[in-house]
Amino acid sequence: MTVLEMAKELHLEIISKGEAEVREIHGVYCCDLLSIVMGRAKADDAWITVMGNINAVAVAVLADVSCIVLSEGMGIDEESIAKAQEQDVCILKSDLPTFELSRKIAEFCAL
Amino acid sequence: MENLIQLSYEVDGDDFTRAGEASANVKKSLRKLGVPPEVIRKVAIALYEGEINMVIHAEGGVIDVEISPEHVTMVLKDHGKGIADVEKAMQEGYSTAPDEVRSLGFGAGMGLPNMKKYSDEMEIDSTVGVGTTVTMTVYIP
Repeated sequence: MTVLEMAKELHLEIISKGEAEVREIHGVYCCDLLSIVMGRAKADDAWITVMGNINAVAVAVLADVSCIVLSEGMGIDEESIAKAQEQDVCILKSDLPTFELSRKIAEFCAL
Repeated sequence: MENLIQLSYEVDGDDFTRAGEASANVKKSLRKLGVPPEVIRKVAIALYEGEINMVIHAEGGVIDVEISPEHVTMVLKDHGKGIADVEKAMQEGYSTAPDEVRSLGFGAGMGLPNMKKYSDEMEIDSTVGVGTTVTMTVYIP
C-alpha cells in the first residue's frame, strides 16, 4: 500500500507530497515526543503526530518513516512545509483524533 | 586509493531549526556510497540526537565524521557546561532540558540513551565547565 493510495482512500489532506507515490506503509507509529519517535518508530511506518514543526520533518527524514500524518486537525508552518518539500517528506493531515486515525490506517493497510 | 572520507560540521548553538543539517548531510553521503539503509538509519539517529544535545545544552560545537569501508566514526565536541553525572544522564527519561525545548517535542530524556542504542560504540568524555566530547562508532557490516 503506497502513502498516496492511503491518503486518497482515507481523504487525508496532502500538505507535502514528497515520495507518496512510491513509499509503502508497513506500520503505524503514534507519538509526539521526537526523541522517542526517533528511537522507536520503524522505517516505513506512517507516523501520526500533532507535532507539526521543522524538527518533526527532520525526525521523519532521519527515522525514514514513510510519511507524517498530522492528526487532530493540527497544522504546520510554511517554513516546515518548504523543508519537507525540499527533503521529499510526505505530510498528510486529518481532523480525526489520533486513535481513530491510526485505527483507520491500520485497517486500510491491513496491518 | 584513499578510502577514508572526512566531513566536518559546525553546529549553531542558537538555531533549533537548523539542527539536523549535519545528520541529513552525512545520511546523503552514506547513501551515495551505497551503505546499507539500516546502517544509515543508525548513524543518522545517533548523530541527530547528538546535534540536538549540542544545541540544547552546549551552545553548539563541532562535529567530525570519518567514513571508512568498515565504520562511521562521529566525534561531537562542545565547550558547553559539561555533564556532571554521566551515569544519570544515560538513564532514559532523565532530562535537564528547559521547558521551551520540551514544547518543541524534545527533552524526553532519550537523547543519550538513543545515541548509545544506535551506535555500536560510544564514549563520553566530559568535564564540568569545560565541555563534552562524545565519540560514536557505527560498524558497516
